[in-house]
Amino acid sequence: MKKAAFILILCIGLLLAWAAKDFPSWGDPQSPASSSPVASHFIANTGVDTEVPNMVTAVLADYRGFDTMFETVVVFIAGLAVFSILRGGPKNRTRDREFVVDFEPDLIVTNTVRLIVPVIQIFALYVLAHGHVSPGGGFQGGVAMGASFILIALSWDLKTALARFPIERCFTVAALGIVIYAGIGLLSLFLGGEFLDYAHLAKIFPVSPEMARYHAMLGVEIGVGFTVTAIMFALYASLSTDGRMRDGL
Amino acid sequence: MGLELFNTLILCLLVVVAVLSLWVRDLVVSAVVFAIYSFLMCLLWAEMGAVDVAFTEATVGAGVSTVVLIATVFNLKRKAKD
Repeated sequence: MKKAAFILILCIGLLLAWAAKDFPSWGDPQSPASSSPVASHFIANTGVDTEVPNMVTAVLADYRGFDTMFETVVVFIAGLAVFSILRGGPKNRTRDREFVVDFEPDLIVTNTVRLIVPVIQIFALYVLAHGHVSPGGGFQGGVAMGASFILIALSWDLKTALARFPIERCFTVAALGIVIYAGIGLLSLFLGGEFLDYAHLAKIFPVSPEMARYHAMLGVEIGVGFTVTAIMFALYASLSTDGRMRDGL
Repeated sequence: MGLELFNTLILCLLVVVAVLSLWVRDLVVSAVVFAIYSFLMCLLWAEMGAVDVAFTEATVGAGVSTVVLIATVFNLKRKAKD
C-alpha cells in the first residue's frame, strides 16, 4: 500500500514537472498574466484613482475589496470553529500529555521578551499603517501583533497572556474588525455609491475622492488587522491547551 | 548568473526540505523543518520581487503556523507511526 502510494506520488510529481515547462518564463511580457487588459488597467490607473504607491494593497483592499472582506470573514470563522470544536469536545477527556511541561518562567527569557514585545508591537502597527505605501498591510501587521501575545504566552504561561487579552475579548475584537470593514463598505453604500466604493466617502469627509479611497484603505486594513490579531492568539490559546484554556505549553 | 545559481540552490534545498519534513518521525522536528521550507519560499518570493507575498510567508508561514503546529503536537503523540 505504501509502495503503491509512493509510485503514484512520483508519477504525479513527474507529470507536474512535465506540465511546468509549458509555463511562460518568469517576467515574460507576453505571458497571459502580464498581457491581460486588467493588469495593464491596474498599472495605469492605480496611481490616478487612489494615489496609493503600493499597487498590491490597492488591488487587495480597493479593487478587490469584496474578496478581502470575505477572506477576513474566513479567518474569523476558522478561529471560531477551532475554538468551539475544542471547547465543546467530550468532557471526559482524560488523555494525559506525553510531556508534562512544568517550569518556572525563566529570568533571562522573560526579561528579553519584556524588551522585545513593545518593539514587535510598534513594528506591527507600522506595518499595518504603512501598508499602502510599502509592503505590508492588515494581514501581516495583524499576525505580527498576534505573535507578540503568543510570545508572552510562551515565555510566561498562557494565564499571563490571557490576563492581558481574554479569550472573550479576542472574539469581540475579531468581530469588531469585520464590523469596521463592512461598516466602511456600507457607509459608501449609503452615500450613493456601491458597496465598498470608497470614493463616495469624500462626500462627508473633507478630502478628494482619490484621497478618500487612500484613507478608506487604511481603515479597511485596520479592520483586517483587528480580526487577524485576535484570531491568531485565539487559535494558539485553543490549540495549545486542547480547548481547556489553562496550563498551556 | 548569480541569481540563477541562487534560485537553483534554493529550489534544490526546497525539494530536500520538503521530503525531509515528511521523512522525520518526530513531529516537532517536522514542524521546524516545515518552518525552514516556509523561510526558503519567503526568500524565493522576495528574490522574484513579490515582497508582499514574501512578507506574508515570513509572518504566517515561518512564524505563527510553526508555533501553532508545535502547540498542537504537544497535545498529540510526538512520534508519528509511519
